[in-house]
Amino acid sequence: MKFVDEYRDRTRVQSVQRELASLVEPGRTVRVMEVCGGHTHAIYKHGLGELVPPELDFLHGPGCPVCVIPMGRVDDAIALAHQPDVIFTTFGDMMRVPGGKRSLLDAKAAGADVRMVYSPLDALAIAREEPERHVVFFGVGFETTAPATALTLLRARTLGVPNFSVFCNHVTIEPPLRTILEAPDSQVDAFIAPGHVSTIVGTRPYEFIAGQYGKPVVVAAFEPVDILQSAAMILRQLREGRAAVENQYTRVVRRNGNPTALAALAATMELRDTFEWRGLGWIERSGLKLRSAFAEWDAEERFTLPGRRIADPKACSCGKVLVGAAKPWECKVFGTACTPERPLGTCMVSSEGACAAYYAYGRRS
Amino acid sequence: MVVREGDTATAEVAGVRRSISLSLCPEAQRGDWVLVHVGFALATIDEDEAHKTLELIEELGEAW
Repeated sequence: MKFVDEYRDRTRVQSVQRELASLVEPGRTVRVMEVCGGHTHAIYKHGLGELVPPELDFLHGPGCPVCVIPMGRVDDAIALAHQPDVIFTTFGDMMRVPGGKRSLLDAKAAGADVRMVYSPLDALAIAREEPERHVVFFGVGFETTAPATALTLLRARTLGVPNFSVFCNHVTIEPPLRTILEAPDSQVDAFIAPGHVSTIVGTRPYEFIAGQYGKPVVVAAFEPVDILQSAAMILRQLREGRAAVENQYTRVVRRNGNPTALAALAATMELRDTFEWRGLGWIERSGLKLRSAFAEWDAEERFTLPGRRIADPKACSCGKVLVGAAKPWECKVFGTACTPERPLGTCMVSSEGACAAYYAYGRRS
Repeated sequence: MVVREGDTATAEVAGVRRSISLSLCPEAQRGDWVLVHVGFALATIDEDEAHKTLELIEELGEAW
């Protein structure tokens, strides 16, 4: 496929491999954190960890939007799905995420009307087809996905659809990066910034990482050549003693992002005072909620939610895996009590989760 | 992208044709490659920039 095959080309991969080898300092480990589930998946799928010099270590940050949703919010979603006359719509990868006791898939088996959708627009279409029912859409994801929810809300208002609402769990990329940088045991030397989030937000939100924390950032695309080239750009910055935000994904990402998407987000959503993240805890001004002008389409305004906080299972190391403090295979229950078929933690559910990606493709040499 | 009808378009995604929204990518034209996520085109893919990225890597290869 165009724009894919050429970035998987063996000769090009080998060129960048040699470049990487020439840029590392023997014995000095460089820890590069990627903050995008797509990158995590690509790194394991293509075995990139084995193609780079041993001095280069990929850490997987909280970039999988499914993985960072706390269990209490999943229980809220299940409670919504069980409301009379509700059709609860969600992206497929949220179906198996465990709440305190059950998942949305379990709720569906127990009789709740839970439906997978490909786009929030599909959820709105169901609402228009079934005016006697109420359709709730489970809004999950970073700035890549949030604009789709925003535009769907704008369309719901334009069309005057009264039986549609959004359970908003959208999050923003910048606050968790700051949290990781501020952690006392932070080991991150540089970041590979998320490609598709950056098509929306641009490259400017990362400038504080280079400016205030003196660490290189490279916005990267998703094919093997892209990720390896981004790692080389990071190593070159470190070698030259520089810290800047550079863009490897120039074929798609522009510095100012997508202004139409940002305007739709600003029109429909605002930052919550605080939001809970798996692994990172409560982070101020990191989650989005609907603006009061959209209260009519806000599931949190229309329904009463349990709102309980549920601690992660003790055996589960998702919290550590999500901040790069543990590798998937270091978790006690990895591949035994926790598998993609019966996940204990969120990192094992989505194909973008570090544990699920390692389970599917990983091999340790 | 195959056909454009106002704010929506038909795009071929890995061999499957489906309807996408162009609300976030109004500049997209027939024949453009677009990045699609949850039913929305987020950006057009810039062919010149795609070539430049590859050229940088070709240069690396020549150096060896």
